[in-house]
Order: sequence, then C-alpha cells, then structure tokens
Amino acid sequence: MLRYVLKRFLTAIPTLFLIVTISFFLMRVAPGGPFNQEKGLNPVIKANLERQFHLDEPLVMQYLYYLNDLLHGNLGPSYNLPEFTVNELFAKGLPISIQLGATALFLALVFGSLMGIAAALRQNKSADYAVIATATAGSTIPSFVIAPLIQLAFGLGLKWLPVGGWGDGAFINKVGPVLTLMLPQLAIVARLMRGSMIESLRSHHIRTVRALGLSDYAVIIRHALRGALLPIISYAGPAAAALITGSIIVETIFAIPGVGRYFVEAALNRDYTLVMGTVVVIAIFTILFNLIVDLLYAVVDPRVSYD
Amino acid sequence: MKIQTGLKSWLVGCTMLVMTASGAFAEVVYNRGSSADPESLDPHKTSTTYEADLLRDIFMGLVVQDAKAELIPGAAESWTVSADGTVYTFKLRAGATWSNGDPVTAGDFVFAFQRLQDPATAAEYASMLYPVKNAEAINQGKAKPEEIGAKAIDDMTLEVTLNAPTPYFLEMLTHQATYPVHRATVEKFGNEWTKPGNIVSNGAYTLAEFVPNDHIKLVKNPKFYDAANVQIDTVNFIPNEDRSAAIKRYEAGELDTHDDMPTEQLADIKAKFGDQVHIGPYLGTYYYTFKTDKSPWDNVNIRRAVSMAIDREFIAEKVWGNSMIPSYSMVPPGITGYETSTFDYAEMSQIDREDAAKKLLTEAGYGPDKPLKMEIRYNTSENHKNTAVAIQEQLKPLGVEVTLLNTDTKTHYGHLEQKGDFDIARAGWIADYKDPETFLGISRKASANNYAQYVSAEFEGLMDKAAAAGGNSGERMKLLSQAEAVLMRDHGQIPLLYYSYHNLVSAKIKGFEDNVMNVHPTRFIRKE
Repeated sequence: MLRYVLKRFLTAIPTLFLIVTISFFLMRVAPGGPFNQEKGLNPVIKANLERQFHLDEPLVMQYLYYLNDLLHGNLGPSYNLPEFTVNELFAKGLPISIQLGATALFLALVFGSLMGIAAALRQNKSADYAVIATATAGSTIPSFVIAPLIQLAFGLGLKWLPVGGWGDGAFINKVGPVLTLMLPQLAIVARLMRGSMIESLRSHHIRTVRALGLSDYAVIIRHALRGALLPIISYAGPAAAALITGSIIVETIFAIPGVGRYFVEAALNRDYTLVMGTVVVIAIFTILFNLIVDLLYAVVDPRVSYD
Repeated sequence: MKIQTGLKSWLVGCTMLVMTASGAFAEVVYNRGSSADPESLDPHKTSTTYEADLLRDIFMGLVVQDAKAELIPGAAESWTVSADGTVYTFKLRAGATWSNGDPVTAGDFVFAFQRLQDPATAAEYASMLYPVKNAEAINQGKAKPEEIGAKAIDDMTLEVTLNAPTPYFLEMLTHQATYPVHRATVEKFGNEWTKPGNIVSNGAYTLAEFVPNDHIKLVKNPKFYDAANVQIDTVNFIPNEDRSAAIKRYEAGELDTHDDMPTEQLADIKAKFGDQVHIGPYLGTYYYTFKTDKSPWDNVNIRRAVSMAIDREFIAEKVWGNSMIPSYSMVPPGITGYETSTFDYAEMSQIDREDAAKKLLTEAGYGPDKPLKMEIRYNTSENHKNTAVAIQEQLKPLGVEVTLLNTDTKTHYGHLEQKGDFDIARAGWIADYKDPETFLGISRKASANNYAQYVSAEFEGLMDKAAAAGGNSGERMKLLSQAEAVLMRDHGQIPLLYYSYHNLVSAKIKGFEDNVMNVHPTRFIRKE
C-alpha cells in the first residue's frame, strides 16, 4: 500500500510539470496583457511596469524564472494586486473556501446518502418520488438563482441570516454559502445513492445473505451499502477538489473572500502569476483526491488491493 | 420569586450599563460599500477610483477636496505661485504629523515625488506629476530622481518648479499619486510597507485591517490636525462585486452607502429607496472611436452620418435606464469656467438628423446597391452589448450593415493600443482631475489613448496655444473650447453618453454631498 502511494506521488511530479508548462504557454496565447485597460498607459509607464515583472524578456526566460520560483514554493507576485504575493492570496482565501466547500460536501454526502437509501428502500413509493423530485430540482436550479433566493428569504425577509459578508468566519455568515454549495451536491449524491443502492439490493450476494437469514439492518448497512458506496466515492473525489477550491458565484453573491473568484478574475485580468497559481492549486487537489478515492476503493471493496 | 427579582435587577443593571456605554462611548461605524477592492494601497501604485476613495481617507496631499470636491488646503496651509505660473511655493501645515508622530516635512514630499517618477517604482500614474520639471525624463530613465523640480527650502517650505504654466496643477495634486509617503517606513519594509501594522500615513484615518475581498477597516487618526471635527470613528470599506446582492445588503442595513447599482433595475430601486438614490452627472464620457486613418472612415462625412443617425436619447433611456446622459461633446459639463463645444446637430431633432445622415451617405456613394459595412468592437458588458445592438438597429434604416464583435476587456484594449484593425470601437474616459485637458488630451497625436489615430494640425495648434496661455485662465479655456469645436466638427471621436454617479445613501448618513467628481471624503461625513 505504502509503495503504491509513493509511486503515485512520484508519477504526480511529471504530471504537474506538464500541466504547468502547457498552461504557461497557452495562457500567453490570449491577446492583451495585464496592463491593458480602459485608460491606456503611457508607453514609458507601461515599459516600467513590464520591466518590473520581467514581461519585457523572452517568453522562454520568463518560463524558466517561473519554474525556478515554483521549485522554491514561490508562486510569484500578483500583477493586479501588487502588494500581495500569490502565496499570500491563497493563504488568506483557501482556508475559507476549504471550510465552506468541505462542510457543504460533508453535509451533502451524509444527507444525500440517507435520502438515497430511504428512496431505494421505498422504491416507487411516495417517499421515493419526493426524493427524486427534490433531487431533480436541486440539480437543475442553478446556484445563481438559489443564492439570491436564500438572501431574500432568510436575510431580508426573516432576518435570520446576514445577507452577505464573511463576518470574520461567524457561523451565521456561513449558513447561506454552505446551503447554496450543498444543495446541488445533495441532489446528485441522493440520485447516485438511490440508483446504486437499488442495483446493489438486486445483486446475487445480497440475495445470498438474505437467504442466510441476516436482519434487514445487517443486510443493508453491512452488505448492500458497501457495494453501493463505490459510485459515491468516485463522484466525491473530483467533487471535493472542485468544491474546496471555491465557487465564483457563491463568493461574489455572498461577498465571501475565498479563492473561487481568482479562477475567473485572474484569467480575465491576465494576471499571469495568479492564473498559474490557480492552475497549480487545482491540479494538486485533483491529483490528491484521485489518490484518496483509489485508496478508499481498497477499503470499501475487498476485490481491490494495491499490494 | 427571589430568583426572579435577582434576575430582574441583573437585567436592569445590564441595560443601564449598555445605555451608558452607548451614550457616552458609542463608536460611530460607517459601513461603506464599494463595487471593487483596491489593487494597492501604495499611493504610487494605485490607479482606480476605489483606491482614490480609500487613500483620500488615509493620506493627505498638499491640496485636498472638500465635501463638494472644491479645493481646500491640505498638508499645505497656503501656497504662492510665481508671476510666470511655473514656480509653486507651498507652506506646510504647522504641527501636522504622521500617524506615528513624526512631523510631515517638505522632504517627505520631495522623496514621494522622486519615488513616483523612479522607473523602478513602475507607477501607473507617474504622469500625474509630468508637469513638474524633469519628471518625465526621470520616469524614462533619462535623468536621476534627485533632478526632479521639487525642493525642500526648509522643513516647512516646498518649492515645485514646472516645465510650463499648468493651471490644473493644483487639481492634479488631489490625485492619490501625488500624496506624500513616510520615507523611513517605505525604506524599512519595502514592498510590505502598506500592510496594517507597518503603514504610517498622514490622513484623517489609519489602516487597521485589510482582508482582500472582505473588508478594509480604517480607524480615526487622533493625531490628524482636524481630528476634532472628524465624526466617524471607524469606516469599513466593504467590496461587493454582485450589484444586486449589494442592494440587498444595503436594504438589510449591512451597508450605509454603496457606490453602484444594477442600472437595469433603476426604476424599481428608485421606487423602493426614493431620495436615498443619488444620481447625477459625473466627469466621464462614454464614446465610440472610428479608425480615422482607414477607408472609408477617413471620410469625415461618413463619420458624421453615422454619428447623426445614433439616437443617444433612446440609448440613455432604454438601454441605461437614464443612468447615463446623452452626450454631444467630449468634455462633460460641470467644469467651472469651461464652455463645452458640441456637435452642430446637438439641437436638431432625431428625425432631421437621420434625413441629413441619409443624404450624406448617398452623396458618398452608398445606397441599397452599395451598403456601408461597419463592425462595432466592444468589451464584455451587458450594457455595452445592448448599446451596440441599439446602434445596429438605428443604422439599419440608413442601409448600414452593422456587425458586432465582442471581446473581453484586456483583448479589447490590447487590440486598440496595438493599433489593430477595426472600424469603430467603444471606449470610455473618466477624469483624473477637473480640467478639460484630460478629455481633449486623449485625441492628441502623441497620446497612447488616441485609438482613432486622429491627426489634425488645427486641433494640435489650438491645444499648444492653450498650453502656452496657461497663465491666463480665461484665454486658455476659450482656446480649449475652440479645440473641442474642431474635434467635434472633424468627428475625431464620437461621444455618446456622459457617465453619471449612482450612489445609495442611507438617511442616517449626512454630509455625503453630490459632486461631479463623485468624491466623498469620510472626514466630512456624519452618521446619525
């Protein structure tokens, strides 16, 4: 097992290197640069700015500078926020995005699974239809609709929650963003769980354990659930990587200082170092979560082994 | 019973305590909504109006703006100008200090001016001090920072020498790029000097917290010379990118003011908030620009025909919900002493304009057999798109075939700056200082912002003459107005709309005076 993990980490290095290289050059294909704006800069001033960030040097040199910085764990200065390094921006924003995303995913997994199991056990009965209806609604209503509705209902109407803001991480400020992030995930998890549970309950080994006279509880929890969990785990890995790196919609509507906004804003602002920073961060998380998923397979499914 | 009495007296005690606290020591907190975060708090690295709002509270330049954006003495108590208009002598405010207690000296300004021009600083707004002798040469790396035309005669006297009389120099000194910086702090902390805890400033407020995309907390500076009259103790600048969500936060009382609103919902917002909605003309122009060095746009009559056929009133009302004002001149109204020169058809009815436009196009040889083709380039924004679509529809009856090309902001301005090919493109200009020069200068041959490639000896001549008449304000304004008349006659630029500010101001906030610069220093604001 340990050997397997080590091997995976070693293969991750060339993967990351490729991602960084391709992104670096691809990003520069986009027209315009970080210092193009409505008020055009005087050429002298623009040259001063470009010199400061080595943008006046050949692209290959810039790439080598970047690689060198990256190897030292330095993601470089942000062009558009010159007082912050990309490391600082992530150090401030990432914990916030992780908190919100992880909470939302955890809640979605727990409640979504419970809903899915309940629906599967009462297949084609009213509880099942209720779950399917909720799941369909949850996954089709976009978060840019859900978020303002939550603000209107619980912020302005009932005054239970603040409309927006992070409030230095107060519990009450997290409710709206977490709900918005959770609902679509909850819907997807519930549907996945319902489907895989139904399939699992129909399988031969469940028929066998039933024939052995095990209680319903033991059949469902100890045997059916194990098999049913596999699709959920496969889904949860990439979903976790996406959720904890933040959501631009949730962050802009609720005015949350996370990192989700950087993925879009950095690209639009041609903030090259910040773009690269987001690429590196999301690549690392994706690689990490894929590894965790593969390891969990071995835990849940006795047929999988890495030794 | 006993418990109840005990509880009761405890509650009464608490209530009294709270009342005393709120009565005697209530901290006045102003939550100021802003549509964007600052990019930097270093006066020499900033460029946006959001930064200007913040830095105006944290720092104090030689000259500052009052609640109505009129010039009043700032770090300089008084000043004199030499007879030829090129030497300004500022007498600094006696007893004024930095937030750490150090006196604010003329040397601080000299240091700041040198740092602004030093190419190593890479200041975006270095041009704000280009009128100062040697400044531009220093910025180009052709002279040393020490050679700048600013000298500390003594600690309290600053002498600034200009290249030529520059009547708007004092207005320029209200820009944040010209603020002083505390030398010891900058040298000690380098790039980190503006972080809370490090920063030393000389304004009415000091920086307490900065969490990007969340809030910036400023607290009253007890060492500020006029601290006795500063009523807000704490001001939180709160960025909100989503305009609709910001309105909800305002409604919930989380924001006391906000500087933007979804203009497409303007009618509803006005109905809901009444006179809390402040809308008025702002010194900014929304314009289209033809590539005037390319056929057929090098023909002034074709430019004129297209401009005449654009129904600006319709666009202002239907597209922008009257949050913008129809414009027929490059320079917006509101600059004291300046009379704008408009297109000569400004007073004509739209129907007459269209007839005249049709005639011009026919004369130029365009008609049903040979339609005029035009591509509008604009940067991503719902309202820019709707404006372009409206123009497309308005030009259709004239037989002009309009296509639209939308790119993101960086691509758009990158293309224009590199003098790429286009027919007509959108642009905008917001004044950095209150003077017609800022709007007319962008049409000069040498300007990097002259996307139109407009070149006119007559216009250049008048602009030069105006610069030479710097000492004579009346004469200068007249010459600038004549220059604008030439620009409008030539259709060097096609102004469409004037910008307007749109603020939401709670009834609790007093002293938030409307003005064309949309400048609202917190030190003049009260909260009741």
